[in-house]
Amino acid sequence: MIEASWIVPSALIPAIMLVLLLYATFSVGAHVPTHEENIDPKLVAQTAPFNNPGLFDRGNGQYDVVMVGQTWSFRPNEIRVPLGARVTFTVTSQDVIHGLRIEKSNVNIMLIPGQVGKATAHFTERGEFLLVCHEYCGVSAIPTLGHQAMYGKVIVE
Amino acid sequence: MATVAVDSLPINDTTRPDVADARTNRITALFLGVAIAAVALGILLGFLQALEHAGIDLYPYLKPIIHSYYQGLTLHGVLNALVWTTFFICGFLLYITVQAYRRPLTHPGLAEITFGLMVVGTVMAAIPMLLDEATVMFTFYPPLLAHWSFYLGLTLVVAGTWLVTLLVSLVHCAWRKEHPDERMPLPGMMSIATLAMWSIASSGIALEMIFFNLPLSLGVIPETSPIIARTLFWLTGHPIVYFWLLPAYISWYTLVPRQVGGKLFSDPMARVSFMLFLVLSSPIGLHHQFTDPGISSTWKLVHAFGTFAVFFPSLLTFFNVVASLENGGRARGGTGWIGWIFKLPWNDPTVTPQILAMLTFVFGGIGGLINASYSMNLVIHNTAWIVGHFHLTVGAAVTLTYMSLSYWVLPRTLGRKLWAPQLAMIQGWLWFFGMIIFSNALHRLGLLDMPRRTAIGMSPYVQEIATPVVQEWRAILPLVAIGGTILTISGVLYILICVMTAFFSRKVTVPNGALLFSEAQADASHAPRALDQWRPWVATAIVLILVAYGPTLLELIGTTSLNVPGRRVW
Repeated sequence: MIEASWIVPSALIPAIMLVLLLYATFSVGAHVPTHEENIDPKLVAQTAPFNNPGLFDRGNGQYDVVMVGQTWSFRPNEIRVPLGARVTFTVTSQDVIHGLRIEKSNVNIMLIPGQVGKATAHFTERGEFLLVCHEYCGVSAIPTLGHQAMYGKVIVE
Repeated sequence: MATVAVDSLPINDTTRPDVADARTNRITALFLGVAIAAVALGILLGFLQALEHAGIDLYPYLKPIIHSYYQGLTLHGVLNALVWTTFFICGFLLYITVQAYRRPLTHPGLAEITFGLMVVGTVMAAIPMLLDEATVMFTFYPPLLAHWSFYLGLTLVVAGTWLVTLLVSLVHCAWRKEHPDERMPLPGMMSIATLAMWSIASSGIALEMIFFNLPLSLGVIPETSPIIARTLFWLTGHPIVYFWLLPAYISWYTLVPRQVGGKLFSDPMARVSFMLFLVLSSPIGLHHQFTDPGISSTWKLVHAFGTFAVFFPSLLTFFNVVASLENGGRARGGTGWIGWIFKLPWNDPTVTPQILAMLTFVFGGIGGLINASYSMNLVIHNTAWIVGHFHLTVGAAVTLTYMSLSYWVLPRTLGRKLWAPQLAMIQGWLWFFGMIIFSNALHRLGLLDMPRRTAIGMSPYVQEIATPVVQEWRAILPLVAIGGTILTISGVLYILICVMTAFFSRKVTVPNGALLFSEAQADASHAPRALDQWRPWVATAIVLILVAYGPTLLELIGTTSLNVPGRRVW
């Protein structure tokens, strides 16, 4: 069969790529967000830990950030950590779907009302890093408001 | 208005009559007409977005029609990704089915009703978008809440596509009664496989509309579940890209080999790839939700496996199509490892843009694998990379093929000459170069973490937080506008050529004759018999969807309640 010369590589190429991908993923311990817990999005302000958003020092260079997304801001929107900090973000949204991407980090997670999400970053470079909402979340008549104005920063010192 | 001379095999056999009757020709042209009208408006709105990224804000001049970047973006996405594609596909596949089976539609009246239904649906969705009552993007993620007319309109369009599936299936059944032992004609089999895949896969979006979005917008249910709605959306949202792509493949497999003067490398391999697309397109949609909390990472990994599995028929297609091009290039006198490439017809508007489309799809496909690669997805999810990616795939590979096909289908169905073929040729090349510049810039911006779906030109953080990365954005953003401008010029030329061809071009006095599809070097005679049956493949497709989505959906239904109120945030 003349086709075999193309069928074999068509099967082998994806198989080899998949094996390499899995090896790379698990050898560096990369995690994608997974199911954590559910929350009533109307009671975010009353539900722990989101009743007290902010940065928490857990010692040994470990930090927790509890973060709430809403139109059109993150709380907190400025996070100051020392170089080498490992920061676990616990996030949710209290209105529509938002996204969270922190420049040059592994944090890329959706903020979905009703869901609690977790993501971890290891900050190994000094400087200011932009954190942005990367899911469309609305428009305002005031140009400094709206989805494109939903951002914050991480300051690593 | 000289036609371009091409020394390839003719695809019209003027010694035999055309099988398409006047009604089929008319319905095809009508579907294409709506598609072209939609993409005309969609392209113009895209121009505004590209300029906005470079800091040129034209939106104030468009009030009160377009109120915001995001209203324009919603229209751009819906008109281009949903209306242009869907109408083109329905018209094209009806036409190809009739030509391949060499018999007219069994129920042409139903085809006309279907077209009417889909137009009504499109208008119902367009009115709230134009009135700024549905600025929710083409993904309309709840709890964003649009006017009910938007959801109902889109639902009617999807229902129309199911009727198109019925129409082509009826042609197949009528043919099968008369030819119990014959192999299905390849282009017909491919058309049905495409529509069958889509009809199964679109169950997700139908469930989302009927049980969540429509009742919420009508006030029947007070609150919704964004995560369930979103999961149902992506059950359809990934296979929709194959719905766009497979009609282009049909042309690459069954028309292009003949147009470049060669033969399809392998007919059975083509059949296998389409049956695999039917089976494997749907149970992989979670790779769009890798970054979603609320869904287990185990099931995400399963879908990552599935996405690599569907890479198999994609590579079968790649090798098969390129081998066919090589066959054509050598038949035209090309020699050596790459010499045949230069012998391909690089100046025929009905085929050259499709070869360019294949080139863009190589890069689009590679980018798609990165998107689907589980952990690697974290680098690019929801960044401008994604925008760059799907402009290479649906915006170039699919759209460039459809544009090229319209230069061939419109003259055939309307009985007119293609207007200004040289200009059509230039249009195809402009789209190709424009998209290379545009898409390359967006890929790079995405790797620099620039978010998608964001009015970046007016964003305060581009000014206020000028991190080194943001400064790099500023250096690249003008390329988005330059690429977008070239694309807009090309788009305007496309519309002009289509309109001139449809209404003002010279009538053809000699009939087009029968349509000739490509012959195959390895024909269907040694293809496995299972490839002539539908039931096992359709059943496998449904079972795989249930396996891939059942546990996740059941868990979501068990653990989440309808507790998120809909919101209008624009």
